[in-house]
Amino acid sequence: MITIKNLHASINGKEILKGLNLEVKAGEVHAIMGPNGAGKSTLASVLAGRSDYEITEGEVDFDGIDLLEMSPEDRAREGLFLAFQYPVEIPGVSNINFLRTAINEIRAYKGEEPMSAKEFMATVREKSALVELDAKLASRSVNEGFSGGEKKRNEIFQMAMLEPKLAILDETDSGLDIDALRIVAKGVNTLKTDKNATVVITHYQRLLDHIVPDFVHVLYDGKIVKTGPKELALELEEKGYDWIKEEIGQ
Amino acid sequence: MSSYTENELAKDLENQEYKFGFTTDIGSDTIPKGLNEDVIRLISSKKEEPQWMLDYRLTAYRAWLTMTEPEWAHVHYTKPNFQEMAYYSAPNQTKKYESWDDVDPEMKETMAKLGISLEEQKHLTGVAVDFVMDSVSVATSFKSKLAELGIIFCSFSEAVQDHPELVRANMGTVVPHTDNFYAALNSAVFTDGSFCYIPKGVRCPMELSTYFRINQAETGQFERTLVIADEGSYVSYLEGCTAPQRDENQLHAAVVELIAKDNSEIKYSTVQNWYPGDKNGKGGIFNFVTKRGICDTNAKISWTQVETGSAVTWKYPSCILKGDNSIGEFYSVAVTNNYQQADTGTKMIHLGKGTKSTIISKGISAGKSQNSYRGLVQIHKNAHNARNFSQCDSLLMTDECGAHTFPYIECKNSSAKIEHEATTSKIGEDQIFYCLQRGISEEKAISLIVNGYCKEVLNQLPMEFAVEAQKLLTISLEGSVG
Repeated sequence: MITIKNLHASINGKEILKGLNLEVKAGEVHAIMGPNGAGKSTLASVLAGRSDYEITEGEVDFDGIDLLEMSPEDRAREGLFLAFQYPVEIPGVSNINFLRTAINEIRAYKGEEPMSAKEFMATVREKSALVELDAKLASRSVNEGFSGGEKKRNEIFQMAMLEPKLAILDETDSGLDIDALRIVAKGVNTLKTDKNATVVITHYQRLLDHIVPDFVHVLYDGKIVKTGPKELALELEEKGYDWIKEEIGQ
Repeated sequence: MSSYTENELAKDLENQEYKFGFTTDIGSDTIPKGLNEDVIRLISSKKEEPQWMLDYRLTAYRAWLTMTEPEWAHVHYTKPNFQEMAYYSAPNQTKKYESWDDVDPEMKETMAKLGISLEEQKHLTGVAVDFVMDSVSVATSFKSKLAELGIIFCSFSEAVQDHPELVRANMGTVVPHTDNFYAALNSAVFTDGSFCYIPKGVRCPMELSTYFRINQAETGQFERTLVIADEGSYVSYLEGCTAPQRDENQLHAAVVELIAKDNSEIKYSTVQNWYPGDKNGKGGIFNFVTKRGICDTNAKISWTQVETGSAVTWKYPSCILKGDNSIGEFYSVAVTNNYQQADTGTKMIHLGKGTKSTIISKGISAGKSQNSYRGLVQIHKNAHNARNFSQCDSLLMTDECGAHTFPYIECKNSSAKIEHEATTSKIGEDQIFYCLQRGISEEKAISLIVNGYCKEVLNQLPMEFAVEAQKLLTISLEGSVG
């Protein structure tokens, strides 16, 4: 699905990613953990194509396409989805209008007909139920006046609507209470198939009780320094990151 | 990489072109340039006006001579030379149109280019349209259908001929000829415009609409609109404006008067897209307009405007809330780009008890433009329990543009409640990136965000025009000439 080789990226001249390697296959769930400032959110932003970052070295293959050559919107249209750590408010634009525009732009890119209003509304009903999102929120302005939990559920709702190949969840668990966490996890698990993949970026092990990863990676100082099975997350929770620093000799 | 940067956006915006910049080769009857009493007499005689109309013009002209051009607005421009302008230009047709079929095909084509297919509108939207080209009204559709209800909708000149008593009794009662420099000039030299009267208790069943167009070079357009809603009646009225692309500045100085009698309602919507000048600020229309309405008891006047054109705009659609419990509303979107300057807003004059006013103003500045909101809320001493709510938002698209807010509040009654909210924000890179990440192109993203920002105002427009206005906003801001 996605192969990242020796990725270096910097912002304002400061290097954040320093030779990151990662491979994610279809059907897999990967968790990326790491201390603050390790480069987790930078990785998400760079993959999504935020222009603030400069890629100085490396390559990213996304299902046979050179991801780094593509515009952010084309990456999205090719099936890359980022659940934002801080979802953005767009006043006056209804969630429904926003999603319908997105779906039809993606369809146009693929040379498909726009989705009919009827089909669209049926999909909205089905997918909003999945994340227990109040139907009223669907017609409110994008994220405006949403609680923290509602914003995160709205991200998963959008993911359900857009059916991406690769979803990157950037600290989707931050600020969620246990019920919201369960709902978000249920949404992600329900959407999982053997054709798509999920990368979960998180600080805490607790999300991984609900979304069980096939692999856990430790991102430290701009590189993946350790990869292990889901138990690695428990070990990190228990021991912190210091033993990893020692292990890699720092 | 087509990802959004400020510079790219700025470049895009500069490249936008004006799609209505064509001229139509219709012969026209234009009188020589210059202004004096003889010119006014000539205009009046060409229009076969009664003596009282000529007297009105001459009084206004003499008043104008004693007045000076206002300079308080936050705009800078070279003052027009009033002797270098022609004050009368009529499409060269002597005969009156009996029906739409009689209209010159070339003129029909002009209208089609403007996106007003009258035929289509007749069938699809049920809008009655009056078309004013170079100040002369050339077509009014739907007249007979409206006449059945006693509604008069015709050109101003026709009204002077056919309904002199109505015109004479009401003209100048809301905007007197001494009101201001440009209103005085208009009163002296206006050539045509629209007139509308809705009888007691009649709800006008369709939107009434006028399109104004300046076609001829070196002419000013001075039209007058007078709308009278008699007791308990309702009318929704829309005007649209375009002009060809020309290097010199042209003057548009209109006067609009609305009279809302007891329990009536007038909804007046404007989509103004006069030629704004090129990207270096050359040419474009000076849009100096006086618009005002007066409300009797329980009456309501609602102004909605979407202003995207003109090099310089100077315009304050206002409401005099004379009657008790009358309501004034002002909803405005003003977009400026390149070197455009807009100083626009409203005046809400509360005279009656329990009067209410609402002001929602959304300014969008791009390029090197300057966009100002200027508004007055005045509560007089007898206006017990008057209420006003004002909200003025500014959206900046670049680092080089400016947004300014000049609110004036004068309150002489302690029972009044006045609220004023104002915000200024820059279009968010975060918002645009969020859209991009969902597969939405940058152009569509800007259009979504801007339309969302203006939603409260666009919602006030009649449906068919809201769509048009949305498109116009997108065109003015995106550089995607459609």
